[in-house]
Amino acid sequence: MKTTRRSLVLTGAALAFVAGIGLTAQPAPAQAEYPEKPISYIIPFGPGGESDITARLQQPFFKEKFGQDLVISYKPGGGGAVGWATLNTLKGDGYTMMGVNLPHIVLQPQQKDVGYKTDDITMLYWFHYTPDAIVVTDDSPFKTLQDLIKHAKENPGKVIFSGSGKGTAPHLAQVRFDKLAGVKTTYVPFKGTGASVAALMGKQVSAAMAFTTVAANYEKTRLLAVAMEKRHPRFPDVPTFKELGMDIVSGAYRGIAVPKSTPEPVRQKLTAMIKAVNEDPAFRKKMEEGGFAVVDYAHGKSADDFLSSFAKSVTASAKEAGLLK
Amino acid sequence: MAGLEHLLAALTPINLAFALFGVVAGTVIGAIPGLTATMSVAVLVPLTFAMPTSSALILMGAIYTGAIYGGAYSAILLNTPGTPSAIATTFDGYPLAKKGDGDYAITIACLASVIGGLVGALALMTLAPPLSQVALAFGSVEYFWLAIFGLSLIAALSEGSLLKGVAGGALGLLLSCIGVAEVAGDVRLTFGLQTLLSGIQIVAALIGLYCIPVLIDLVAQPGHHLQVDSGSRGFRLGEAVRYLWGDKINTIRSAVIGTVVGILPGAGGSIASLVSYSEARRTAKPGQAYGKGEPGGIIASESANNATVGGGFIPTLVLGIPGTPPDAVILGALLVQGVRTGPSLFTNQGEIVYTFIWGLILATILMLPTGLFIGRYAYRTIITLPKALLVPAIAFMTIIGSYAIRNNISDVIIMIVLGGLGWIIGRFGFTASPIVLGLILGPIAESGFVQAWTIGTATDDRFGMFFGRPISIAIIVFTLFTLLSPLVLARLQKIKEQAHAD
Repeated sequence: MKTTRRSLVLTGAALAFVAGIGLTAQPAPAQAEYPEKPISYIIPFGPGGESDITARLQQPFFKEKFGQDLVISYKPGGGGAVGWATLNTLKGDGYTMMGVNLPHIVLQPQQKDVGYKTDDITMLYWFHYTPDAIVVTDDSPFKTLQDLIKHAKENPGKVIFSGSGKGTAPHLAQVRFDKLAGVKTTYVPFKGTGASVAALMGKQVSAAMAFTTVAANYEKTRLLAVAMEKRHPRFPDVPTFKELGMDIVSGAYRGIAVPKSTPEPVRQKLTAMIKAVNEDPAFRKKMEEGGFAVVDYAHGKSADDFLSSFAKSVTASAKEAGLLK
Repeated sequence: MAGLEHLLAALTPINLAFALFGVVAGTVIGAIPGLTATMSVAVLVPLTFAMPTSSALILMGAIYTGAIYGGAYSAILLNTPGTPSAIATTFDGYPLAKKGDGDYAITIACLASVIGGLVGALALMTLAPPLSQVALAFGSVEYFWLAIFGLSLIAALSEGSLLKGVAGGALGLLLSCIGVAEVAGDVRLTFGLQTLLSGIQIVAALIGLYCIPVLIDLVAQPGHHLQVDSGSRGFRLGEAVRYLWGDKINTIRSAVIGTVVGILPGAGGSIASLVSYSEARRTAKPGQAYGKGEPGGIIASESANNATVGGGFIPTLVLGIPGTPPDAVILGALLVQGVRTGPSLFTNQGEIVYTFIWGLILATILMLPTGLFIGRYAYRTIITLPKALLVPAIAFMTIIGSYAIRNNISDVIIMIVLGGLGWIIGRFGFTASPIVLGLILGPIAESGFVQAWTIGTATDDRFGMFFGRPISIAIIVFTLFTLLSPLVLARLQKIKEQAHAD
């Protein structure tokens, strides 16, 4: 009895040890087939968010294709800034990578000194985004986006959007929506998408400026419009803003970066591996079912061009919103 | 009872093994300050991909409930809450342990946790869909008033000087402003230091403010850490059961408070246990000395915080809105498995939900024997270990624990600085609890206020927003009652005495 108890305690302690230490201490890689050991995948947010969930979706596909685990750990703080500020101090041996989010890495360094600059981040891949979308409850009087716009024109400021935080993708989308639809709405920031959806379901607000994923995850919600080039395959009946005459294609993009010291050949290899996961039809299907939209902007010109054009438009929106001077 | 046929599904050997392992691992992890329920559930997520959904849920639910209970050990034996939920457990648990009744305190905590956990789980099984509406009825302004109510508890929690309690609470509120603002996203009070950018983490503050002063005193004072009576007295189970039976109103009331607070997505175990503690203290019978080692205080805190486990699953499973941070991780794992939460989960995928709830109930019951055994082991270790080993071991744990919160050295620095500060101001009669209360409630009050103000402005009815909603009015009345009733009672007493004198 005593030994079993002790061994259980030890197992628990071992578990705790993994939780605390993650994969910070790893021996140097020998000359062998890469990857020959698990890869540490740091999420600069807490567990349970969409950055975590999408990384978890990648996990089994990576293991299946390359035989090694992606070990996810968390380094939250400062809206991701704490993680990104330390990225380049980590070991660049190809066994450490970090989740990266937009618009965060573009806006944060422009707003204040957060310990990193956008250019400090070595991107490997932008693999998906959650498109912005206007969400209402299924019993909402707004049947279409035109209903909402009409109501907003007649009652300036009285259409209230809940959204996740300030200076975030939903906030910028609301600013752009107001401008393009020629209306004035009120934006109320909440802590995270879950809280903003709770406010919607509790009828505190008229609509949520949130993401396509919300309609995939919550019953009793409807989408009025999505900020995509084409309609989302999971929601073929929901129009895009473009169809309705408003040029809004935006959302929260997620990608993967490595420490700057990671050698170019290793960057290439890791990029190819992430690409292989992203191109797996089963993975794409899972992502689409969850309401995500898969994109492929790989290390090099593709990712660079995407980031610079995104940065230009998001910086302009943020200036309009008064978030940047 | 709903889904009785699913009890058999929960009773498979593998599910029982998961429940047992989860409770044991959770208890050990929860006992170590810094290793939280959220983290331990997150570590398990990859393991759950390869198992049936209900088994995965049972494992995660068991480790979660174990961790919430485990937080009581360090609260009782070291005056350091292992998890934020156990803050109120320190108030009476540590004084009781100091008196030489640490074993008794742990047994009381175990029984109260099991009962609280069962009440929460039963609410989840029988009343989840209607109760989930509570989560939606609570809007921004209600969270604001709830936080104000929470701050009014400082009055009840202040030993000795109310003024010092209020000053501590104000310091906590100020500390909560450091870093990136909760809803507005602007950076405040960092003085240009990267260390402060991510703010003061509650767990780091807990470890620093509670544990470091204990460590310093251990070194500074001769004699044993805890007083020990001679000989072993077993679990003192009979004694504890009798006490709980005598205090059954407190036990059940605290469990109900815990369940309801658990349903509120913005609140959680720390607020639940503080609210039920202050209720227990307010309704204390003559002869009960709360704050000086009254077992009723442990019952209130532990019954409430374990009830939040079942309560928190209610909005998580019915609405897809996580009730507590570990629920958010479990929800994420469910999404990865392709399980969509929502009202229809209970009707369409009843076998998953009800098997899980039975599993949670089994895990809670298993917590009784395992909790008693591990508790005894922990107690023995703490009282028999010589100080020369105890102090470095705890010091090591504080550093590992505060680093583990976010894998961030800043939290260790903050922990040590706050610890030194806590020891110094402790010399002048300031206690840690009002500071931590301010730190926990500050962001809730702030974001609730900003949101309510914005919505109120948009609807041209700020006054109605803050003072016109039924739940808000109820909380305001309750707050005034809590604040004013001791004053009024004291006044009445005085008038009565004067009448007698005349």
